Order: sequence, then C-alpha cells, then structure tokens
Amino acid sequence: MTGKKRSPLAFFATGLPLAATIIIVLMIVIIVVDFAIIGVPNLGLEFLTEYPRNNNTEGGIFPAIFGTLLLVIIMTLVAVPIGTITAIYLTEYARQNSWFARTIRFAVNTLAGVPSIVFGLFGAGFFIQTVGAGIDEARWESKLEVAEVALSEPSAPFATLKQATIADVLKFLESDDAVYWNEAINAIETYPGGETATASIDQVMTHLRANPELNWGKPGLIWAALTLALLTMPVVIVSVEEALRTVPRDIREASLALGATKLETIIRVVLPNSITGMLTGSILAVSRGAGEVAPILFTGVLNSARELPTAVTDQFMHLGYHLYVLATQSPNVEAARPMQYATTVVLLALTLALNITAIMLRSRLRKKQFT
Amino acid sequence: MSDQHAENRSPEAPASRAPATKEERRLLLTTKQRRLGERLAELGIFSVATVSILAIFLIFVFVFRESAPIFFGSDEPTPVADTTRAGDTAATIATPEGIDRGDYPTLDHDAPVKLSYLWYDVWQPNSDHPAYGIFPIIIGTLKTTFVALAIATPLGILAALYTAFFAPLWVREYLKPIIELLAAFPSVVVGFFCLMTVASVVQAVFGNSIRLNAVVGGIGLSIAVIPIIFTITDDALRAVPRSLREAALALGASEWQAAYQVMLPAATPGIVAAVLLGLGRAFGETMIALMATGNGQVMSWDLFVSVRTFAATIGAEMGEVVTGSPHYQVLFFLGVLLFTFSFVINFVTEFYVKKRLIKRFRGGE
Repeated sequence: MTGKKRSPLAFFATGLPLAATIIIVLMIVIIVVDFAIIGVPNLGLEFLTEYPRNNNTEGGIFPAIFGTLLLVIIMTLVAVPIGTITAIYLTEYARQNSWFARTIRFAVNTLAGVPSIVFGLFGAGFFIQTVGAGIDEARWESKLEVAEVALSEPSAPFATLKQATIADVLKFLESDDAVYWNEAINAIETYPGGETATASIDQVMTHLRANPELNWGKPGLIWAALTLALLTMPVVIVSVEEALRTVPRDIREASLALGATKLETIIRVVLPNSITGMLTGSILAVSRGAGEVAPILFTGVLNSARELPTAVTDQFMHLGYHLYVLATQSPNVEAARPMQYATTVVLLALTLALNITAIMLRSRLRKKQFT
Repeated sequence: MSDQHAENRSPEAPASRAPATKEERRLLLTTKQRRLGERLAELGIFSVATVSILAIFLIFVFVFRESAPIFFGSDEPTPVADTTRAGDTAATIATPEGIDRGDYPTLDHDAPVKLSYLWYDVWQPNSDHPAYGIFPIIIGTLKTTFVALAIATPLGILAALYTAFFAPLWVREYLKPIIELLAAFPSVVVGFFCLMTVASVVQAVFGNSIRLNAVVGGIGLSIAVIPIIFTITDDALRAVPRSLREAALALGASEWQAAYQVMLPAATPGIVAAVLLGLGRAFGETMIALMATGNGQVMSWDLFVSVRTFAATIGAEMGEVVTGSPHYQVLFFLGVLLFTFSFVINFVTEFYVKKRLIKRFRGGE
C-alpha cells in the first residue's frame, strides 16, 4: 500500500519519461549550438548583401534571401485570406456536425498530412503543365493569328510570293515590331535549315505553332508560391479557428441584438478580437513556407541566379534550396563548408525567430481566454 | 428565423436627402439589400471554404493523371526494343532471391512503361536500358521509416507522458512549446545536420563503412517525427479526465502506476493516431531522406547500407526528367503511392481512431 516506496521498477517508470524529455531537448540544443558555433563566425554584412561567387565558396547569399522573402510574401497573400475565410466558415457559418463541415475538416487534415513532395508534383502537373501551359497556349494562339495576317500584308514577304526565305520573314518581323514579335522571332530562328531555307506561310505557321514560347508554362515564382500556399493553408486555418473560438459568444450575441447582421458582426466584432490568432497563423505559415524545399524543387527554384526575379514568372533562388545545393552539389564541398553553415544559421534564425514569436503570441492569446 | 417576414415587407422609406457618410449610406440600405449582401457574402465565404476540398481532389486527379499511361497503357503493342535477350538486360546485374522470374525487358527511354515493369528489384532509370523496378525503393523506405519510428515512438510518447503527468506545472508550460520547436526546424537543416554531424557520430559508434545509410536517415526522420508523436500524445493524455487519475491514486496506486496503467491505456486511441501520423510523415519526408540516406539502391535488409526512399527518389530525379517521358510517369506513380498512403493514414485516424477518442481530443494542434 505504500506507493512511495522506491522499487527499481518505479525508478525506471518515473525516470524514463524524464530521460526521454531530456534527450529531445538536448537534440534541439545540439542542433542549434552545432550550427551556431561554426556558422555565426562566418556571418557578416557581406554574406547577407552579396551574390555568391567562385562556385559558392565566397560572397554571400543575397539572392537567396531575396527570393525566399518574395516567395513567402506571395504565398502569404494567397494562403492567409483563403485560410482565414475557411476558418470563418467553419466557426461562424457551418453547423458543427454537418457533413460539409466535416468534409472540409477532413480535407484540411488530409492536406496537412500530404507529403510535401506530392505538393511539388501537383504544382508541376497542375499549375505549370495545365494552368501555365494553358495561358501560354491561349496567348500564343492569339499572337499567331495576328502573325498570319501580318505576314500576308502588302509589304510582307508572303504578300505576293508563295515561298519566302526565313531571313526575309525575320527581317520583316524585326522591322515591324521587334519587341512584340520577340518570341515569334526566337521560334522562327529555330526553323530547320536556318535563315537560307525557304518556306510557305503555312510551313512557317506550323513551325510557330509547334514551338510556343514558354512564359507561364515553366517553373516560376508564382507557381512555387501557390504550391506553398496550399501546403501552408492548414496551418492558417487551425490557428485562426482557435482564435475565433476564443471570442466569447456574448459579444457576438450583443452585436446581433443591437441590429448588426451576421457579416457585420464578423467583420467588426469577431475578427478584430481574433487578430492575434490570425497573426499567429500567418507567422507559422511563413515559417513553414520559408523552410520547405521539396514543394519548390520543380516549381520554380533555381541553382544560382545572376539576376533577381523581376516578374512572377521568373525563377528564383531560395535559402533552403541553396543550402541543399551547397551541401550536396558543390564542385568543392569542403571549400563551401563555411557558406553551408552560415546559410543554415540564417535559415534557422529566420524560422526559429518566427516560431518563437508565434508561440509568445499564442500564449498571450490563451491567457486572454481565461480572463 | 424571424426575418422571414422581412421578405414580404416593402423597402423602407427612401432617403430624402443624399446620405453624407459611408455609415449613413449603410444604414439607409433596405432590408432586402442588406439581406442580399449577407447572402452574397455567405456564398463567397462558402465557396472559399471549398478550396481545401477542391485542393485534395485536384491533387489526386493531377498527380494520377500524369502517371495514367502506366495504368492504362498495358494493352499497347510491345516496344520495339522489348526483345528479352538474356545477358543484355539491366536486371541481370542484380537478380537475387528469385523475386523476378524471367528477365527485365530491355527498354529504351521512349518505351512505354507498364505497371508490371515496376515489380522488379532494379531501379536504373538513367541507364541505356532503363529499369523501373521499385522494390529497392520500397525496402529503403521501410527501413528508414522503421528506424525513425523505433526512435521517435518511445521518445515521443515518454516525453509526452512526462509533460502531461510527471512534470511540475511551471515546467509543463515551457516544455511543450520547446519540444514543438523541433517541428519548426526546416527539414533541409535537419538533413544537413545528419549529413555532417549525425553521420559522423553513427560511424564512430557503429563503425559502419558506408557513411550515409538507413540508420542516419532514420535518425534524421525521427527528428521530424518526434514533435508529431509528442504533441498528439500529449493532447490525448491531457484529454483523459482527471477523475480517472484521481480514482487510481485514491485506490492506492502510485503515481507511476496511475500513469502507465490508467492514463496510457485511456489515451491509447490518441497514441495510435500519433504514431500513424508520425508514420505518414516519416514515409513522405523528402529533404532529410534525400540528404542523409545516401540514395543507394540495394536489395538488402541491412540497416547500414545506403538506401533511397520514395520521396527522395522523386526529389532527386524529377528535376532532370523529360516532361511526359516514361521516367516522368513512373515518378508521378511514386507520387500516387505517397499520396494514397497519406490519405489512407489520415482516413484511418479520422474515422476509426477519432471515433474511439475521448471527446475533446483534436489532432494536429
């Protein structure tokens, strides 16, 4: 009956959980310290503001930082509104046990569990191959219609002749509008036989049709950001839902009783009271999005770039992917060592800082719940 | 709803002067107009809420679509190069333990892949006669997943038991967010950590000759899995009614007896869910597996040889593959397997485990 007596069994039974906890906390400490010791001395202003040089063994990681930020911003602009509205639907509109609400919840949970690499495949198969390629095809088709008319105009090579040399076609397009026909000129330049070959207008058009200029239908910032947005949406939904539930029923009912409609109540009463939760959700989503590499592997990331992305269809560099490249694909892995550790420190500092902020916001939120 | 009457009521008296402020204009809206606004807003919110469902549906359709020729192309005429000449086939390089009867067909890179070509034990998609046997990848995935769960399950559950039961209250409040911080580590960072540090430690301890192997990869994956198992187990333990614990203590059980014999059994469904979701994560994690397992492909159950997983194979090879080529289709097929697996796991936790779960428990957060 004396439960306090310390048998060896009791010793293990109470000691093991403590040991497991210590091991896990040590893991975190070791990872952080391991990177900090080697990485921090290699950090510097130059590292944060310059381009990589000399096969990634010198210089900095500025394009990777810039690309990551841009990616995360676009992702947030998509994921946070959709996630917030979904959460509003789930807490404010849906009846809790309706099959539709349950289906959404199941979808959100499933989405959270789908391996990130599958998101990458989806981004390639859906966004790039289907949506992007579709946009390209439509743009190309309309441009080709203009081209067909233009090439038969009185001043054009095909006005009187059935056959014209490729050189003539190119010269005409360049003098007509070199910028507008830029993509078409590129495509015609690949015509078999080169500039001296002759072709009929139908042959030129067939060749053009078969060589569409890829603009949207290739990896790019926008597709990577949309893929990541899908991946981080569940994080936003869960956080915002939690926040919405902390808003007391009384406040909602008071607002409704004063004559506000449901929508007005949500916009003016519920949302302002759950701004912390939305912020937490966004921060966690940003942290997750900044660290994920697998979904962007084939939707837009680039090994090394000489220029920063200027359009949403441009490819970009990314901190996490840069680390992967540095660690596994450098021509001289040893020489790139300081860069690897310093990059890790930047990535780790970014994600951990975001997460700790989110944890603190959330604990404030939870305290508010009880007062 | 009482505003059913409002529908028949005529619009309120129109404004006699122009409304000055936005606020006034809003108040002067007729009931009908406001109801219409509400309806439209609700419709909009409803449509946005369907995005998650749509996303799951689209992911399935499009990942499946890109690999569809493998499923439906099996009646096509045999490829030109498909003349099975013994000695010339890629499969003869390594054909142990009689899994594949006969030889692997000699394919060229354009030859359509049939589903039956995948059940072999050679994966050489880039050789002159590509082979797409996925058995080595299955074995590699199983090995790393096994190691990851063997480490993460006891650690995660015991740490959750400590946090939810043994730890003093003030420790508990700090412990949970700290351990959950482990989930915030980007997987590429964990992968790099394994590549550099864990691999060296494992080599020093076990004296293995191959530096990157299933054990190193498994340890790396366990770092990603521990926070999942920990959080969900912790939630499940906290959802066990206090009265159960108090009853056990009142009946003379010691603290640890109450923990192991009352709390843990009561939270079993939640713990099962935790391990299942951890399994799904270990199975599908890409960057850690890509960087820490060595990406070898050996048909062996030895834990200290290089292995490759489904996710890592996709991650490593998708970038260089020609869109629409057989290799591309096979990689999407691996994606279909991953997606199906994660979907089934989630389905099981949702509909089987949660049904048995103590009411308050919610997965994930």
